Amino acid sequence: MGATETLVSKKYINWILKKRWRVLLLSILAVLVLISGARFLKFDNDYRAFFDGTNPHLLAFETLQATYTKNDNVLLVLAPRDKNVFTPQTLKAVKDATEKAWQTPYSLRVDSITNFQHTYSKGDELTVTDLVDDPASLSAADLQAIKTIAVQEPLLVRRLISPEAHVTAINITVELPGKEQNEVPDVAASVRALAQYIETSYPDIEVYLSGIVMMNNAFPEASKYDMSHLTPLSYLVILVILLLLLRSFSGVASTLILLTLAIVGAMGFAGWAGYPLTSPLLSVPVIVMTLGVADSVHILSNWRQEMQQGRDKVSAMAESLRINTGPVFLTSITTAIGFMSLNFSDAPPFRALGNVAAVGVMIAWFLSMTLLPALVTLLPTRTKPSAADRPESMQWLSNFVIRYRQSLLWGMGLLIIGLLAFIPKNQLNDIFVEYFDERVAFRTDTDFIVDNLTGVYFIDFSLDSRDQGVSSPKFQQDVEKLAQWLRTQPEVLHVNTFTDIMKRLNKNMHGDDPAWYKLPADKNLAAQYLLLYEMSLPYGLDLNNQIDINKQSTRLSATLKTIDTERFLELEKRIYEWMKLNTPDILTYGSSPGVMFANIGHMNIRSMLKGTFIALIVISLLLIVALRSVRYGLLSLIPNLVPAGMAFGLWGIVNGNVGLSLSVVAAMTLGIVVDDTVHFMSKYLRAKREKGLHSEAAIHYAFSTVGVALLVTSIALVAGFLVLATSSFELNSSMGLMVSIVISFALIVDFFFLPPLMLTIDKWLNGHANPSTKQK
Amino acid sequence: MQTRLLNKNEDNIMKNNIIITQSATLWAIACFTLLAVISTTLHAETSQQKGLRIAREADARDAGFQDFTADMTMILTNRAGKTSVRKMRIKTLEVPGDGDKSLSYFDSPADVKGTTMLTHSHGLKPDDQWLYLPALKRVKRINSRNKSGPFMGSEFAFEDLGSQEVEKYTYNYLREEPCGNGWTCHVIERKPAYKYSGYSRQVGWIDTKEYRPVKIEFYDRKGSKLKTLLSSGYKEYIGRYWRPSKMHMQNHQTGKSTTLTWTNYTFQNGLTPRDFNQNAIKRR
Repeated sequence: MGATETLVSKKYINWILKKRWRVLLLSILAVLVLISGARFLKFDNDYRAFFDGTNPHLLAFETLQATYTKNDNVLLVLAPRDKNVFTPQTLKAVKDATEKAWQTPYSLRVDSITNFQHTYSKGDELTVTDLVDDPASLSAADLQAIKTIAVQEPLLVRRLISPEAHVTAINITVELPGKEQNEVPDVAASVRALAQYIETSYPDIEVYLSGIVMMNNAFPEASKYDMSHLTPLSYLVILVILLLLLRSFSGVASTLILLTLAIVGAMGFAGWAGYPLTSPLLSVPVIVMTLGVADSVHILSNWRQEMQQGRDKVSAMAESLRINTGPVFLTSITTAIGFMSLNFSDAPPFRALGNVAAVGVMIAWFLSMTLLPALVTLLPTRTKPSAADRPESMQWLSNFVIRYRQSLLWGMGLLIIGLLAFIPKNQLNDIFVEYFDERVAFRTDTDFIVDNLTGVYFIDFSLDSRDQGVSSPKFQQDVEKLAQWLRTQPEVLHVNTFTDIMKRLNKNMHGDDPAWYKLPADKNLAAQYLLLYEMSLPYGLDLNNQIDINKQSTRLSATLKTIDTERFLELEKRIYEWMKLNTPDILTYGSSPGVMFANIGHMNIRSMLKGTFIALIVISLLLIVALRSVRYGLLSLIPNLVPAGMAFGLWGIVNGNVGLSLSVVAAMTLGIVVDDTVHFMSKYLRAKREKGLHSEAAIHYAFSTVGVALLVTSIALVAGFLVLATSSFELNSSMGLMVSIVISFALIVDFFFLPPLMLTIDKWLNGHANPSTKQK
Repeated sequence: MQTRLLNKNEDNIMKNNIIITQSATLWAIACFTLLAVISTTLHAETSQQKGLRIAREADARDAGFQDFTADMTMILTNRAGKTSVRKMRIKTLEVPGDGDKSLSYFDSPADVKGTTMLTHSHGLKPDDQWLYLPALKRVKRINSRNKSGPFMGSEFAFEDLGSQEVEKYTYNYLREEPCGNGWTCHVIERKPAYKYSGYSRQVGWIDTKEYRPVKIEFYDRKGSKLKTLLSSGYKEYIGRYWRPSKMHMQNHQTGKSTTLTWTNYTFQNGLTPRDFNQNAIKRR
C-alpha cells in the first residue's frame, strides 16, 4: 500500500509541476466558489446568538418576555459633577432627557425620577402625577421633599436613583422587531446622540450608557475593533516570521496569497453555512493565518534547502512535496479534527468557529498542495547554492537531553504533576459584562454604573397566582415575603415588585396614613385599587410590564451585583430552596440572560470534555496508523494531553477563572499540539526503522531534522495566538493566551520530556517487534 | 355632499345664462368663468380647513342623540396568544357645548364587579373623573391629567374611548380613497391638541356617506406606527346614529391586541345630568 501511495503522489506531483498555470487557475477558481458565500455573512448583534433556539433557559426567558414586555433596554445614567441630582438644573436635564428618550427608535417606555408616577391623596381625592413636573419652579423645600420621596421609594432607589442621590438613571425599554440588521446600532446611535446632547447642553453632567442593547451593540463594535487591529497585526507577525525563515520574496508572497485565500475561503464557507458573524467566529482569520502558515513553511523550507544543494526550482519542489505530502496532510487533518470537536459546544458561535477554522485549515492544506508549488515555481527565484544550515544548537540540545535524561524525566515529571495538581484551582467564572475589556465604552460605562447606582445583572421571576389572581391577599403576601427575603441577600441590590405599589395605594386610599402602608387585606379591594391606579397612568408607564393580561401572574425582578457564574448558580439554587420552604405556592425558577450565561458555561464544560475525549480517540487512532505502532500511538497520548493539563494548572495558579471560551481550548489545541508529536516521533521512528539507528542516535536524528522546524512553527503559532490575546473581546483574548501557553508547553514536553521518556521505556516500546520491522 | 351643492348652483347659473344670452359663444365663456370660479373656491379651502370641516360635519351628524346605553365586552390577547375577558355597561349623556358625561359599570372580572367610573369630559381641559370602589364603599375622585394609559390593561387608551370633541385635535385632509365594503373614505390626519396625549398623530378613514370612522392609525410620540383600530359591523340606530358592533385594536409594537364587542345599544332613554353626578355612581 505504501508503494502505491508513493506512486500516486509521484504522478500527482509531476502533474502539478507540468500544468502549473492550469493548477494555479483551477485552485483559485475552487476557492472563489467558496468565497462567493461571503455575501450571506451578517453580523449578529444579540447576546442570544450564544444560545441555541432550543436552550431551555433561553426559552424560559422568551416565554416570560412574551407574557409581560421585553427586557431589552438602554440605561442612560446622568452624573452631575456637584454630586447632587436634586437641583433645578439637573432635574431639568433629567426631564429633558426623559422627554427626548421617547424619540428612541423602538422605545416602548421610558422611566425616570421625573416621570415617576407619584400618588398622594387629599380627602377622597387621589392625585397621580409626575414626581417632577416643572423643575424651574421648585423651591429648596420642594427639592428636599422630592428627594425624600425618591430615595425612600423602593421602586426607585438603587434602580433609578442612588441612595446618596448623586447619580440618576433613565431606563429606556425597547422592543426590537428583529427584522432588520440595523435595529441595535440604530438604537445605540440614537441614545448616543441623546447623551451627547445632554453633555453639551448641561456641561456639568456626565452621561453613561449601559443596558442590554448597549451590550448587544458592543459585540460587533468589539469585533470591528479586532478586525481593524488584529488582522493587520497578525499579517505583520506572519510576514516577519516568513521573511526570517524563507528569505525568499516569491516564497513570502506566495504564502501570503495562500493565507489570504484560505481566510476569505473559510469566511465564504461560513456564509454558505449560514453562520452569523459573532465575535468568536471573527477570530477565524487570525487562527487560520496562524495555523495555515505551518504547511507552507514546511514545504518551502525544504524546497529552499534542495535548491541550496544545487537543484533547479522545479525538481527541488518535487522533492520537497515528496517528503512533505504525508506529514502535511496528517497535521492538517488532526488540526481540523481538533477544531471540529467544537461541535460538541452548547454555544453556536463556538461550533461555527470550529467548523470554519477546520475548513480554513483544510483550504490552506489544499492550496499548499496546489497553488503554492505552482505559484512559487512560476515566480522568479534567486537562490545561491550554499552549505545547508546545520542546526548546531539542535545538536547541543539533543546532547543535553540525552545526557540529563534521568534528571529531565524526574524534573519534568514533577513539574507536570505539580502543575496538574493546580487544575482544580480553576473556577467556572463567566462574567459576561467582562467579555469586553476597558477599550470598549460599554465596559467602562457599565463599571461606573455598577460602582455608583445599580447592577446590570438581574433575575426575573414570573410568579403565578394559580387562578387566585394577583389581587389575592395570600398571593400578595407570598410575593411580598419573597421580595423582603431577597432584599436581605447580599447579592441583591434592588427588588422590583408590584406589592410596593399596592402598599402605597392602600396608604393613599386611607388619607396617606403611614399605618396603612401594608397590603390590602381584601381581594376585591386590591383589584379595585389596581383598576383605579391603571386608569390614571400615562402612556407607556402602565403595569403591563409586571402584570399579565389575565391578572394571574406578576413579574418580580431582582437586580444583582456583578457576581460570577458559580455565585450566580449558588444564588439561584438558594432562592429556589427558600421558596420551596417558605412560599411553595409561587415556587418557580428565575430566568434572565445572567441565568442563561451561568448555565451555558456549566453545560459547555461538560460537553466539551466529551468532545475532547472523542477528538482524542480519533486522533490517537490516526497516530497509531501513521506511526504504524500501537505502543508509540499510545505513548503519544502523553505529549498530546499533558500540555493542555499543564496550561490549565498554570492558569489555576495565576488566574483561575475559566469561562465559556477556555472550556473549548483543550479540544482546540489537541489537534495543534499533536503536530509536534507527529513530526518528532515519525522522524525518530524513521531513524530507527529505515536507518537502523539505535534509540539515542534516533533522538539525535529527530532533533537535527525537525528540531528547528518545530521551534520555528511553535514560535509562529505562539506569536499568532498572542495576537489574538490582544483582542478587546475577552472570549477571544483569553482563548488566544491559553492556546499560546498550551503550544509553548507542548514544545517543552516534546523536547524535554518525550525523548527521556522514550529512552526510559525503550524496552516496552520495542518489546514486541512492531509490524514494520517484522516486514523488513 | 359639498359637490352636490355646487352642481346645483352650476345648473341654476347655466339656466340663467341660456335664457339671457342664448349665444353659444357667451355660453362657453360663461362656462369657463364658472369653472375658474369653482376651482378657485375649491383651492381656497386649505387641507386643514377641509379636514376641520369634515370633522365638524361628522360631529354635527352625531349631535342630538341625547343619550345612549350599551354593553361592552373586551377581549385582550397577548403576544403568546393568551386571552382575557372584561365586561362592562356604559351610559353616555350628550352635553351640548361641552364633553359628554359617561358612566361605566364593571361587571367582570368578579373582583372589580360593581366598580363604577364617572367621567365628565371637557375638550382640552383635564376630565373630571370619579371612581366608586364597592370594596371600600367610597367614591374617589381621580386627579390625573393622564388619558393616554391603557384602559383596563387593554390596548385602548382612555383617550381612544373618550368622547371625541372637535377641538381635541387639529386636522389635515389627506385624500379620498376606497375603504372596503364598497365605501369611499376621507382620509384625515389629526394631531392631538392635548399636551399629555400619548400620540404624535392619528390618521383616520371616515366614510364619505355617513361619516363613520372605519379605521384609525395611531402614531406614538416618536412618530412610529403604534396601533391600528378597525371598526366594523356598523348599525344605524333610531334612523340616524351609526355605531360599530366591533372594534379591533392591534398594537404593532408589542403584538398585543384588544377586541371590543358592543351590544344592546339603546338611544334616547331620557337620562338626565342627575344620572351622572357623584351620587349617581353610588346608586348603581
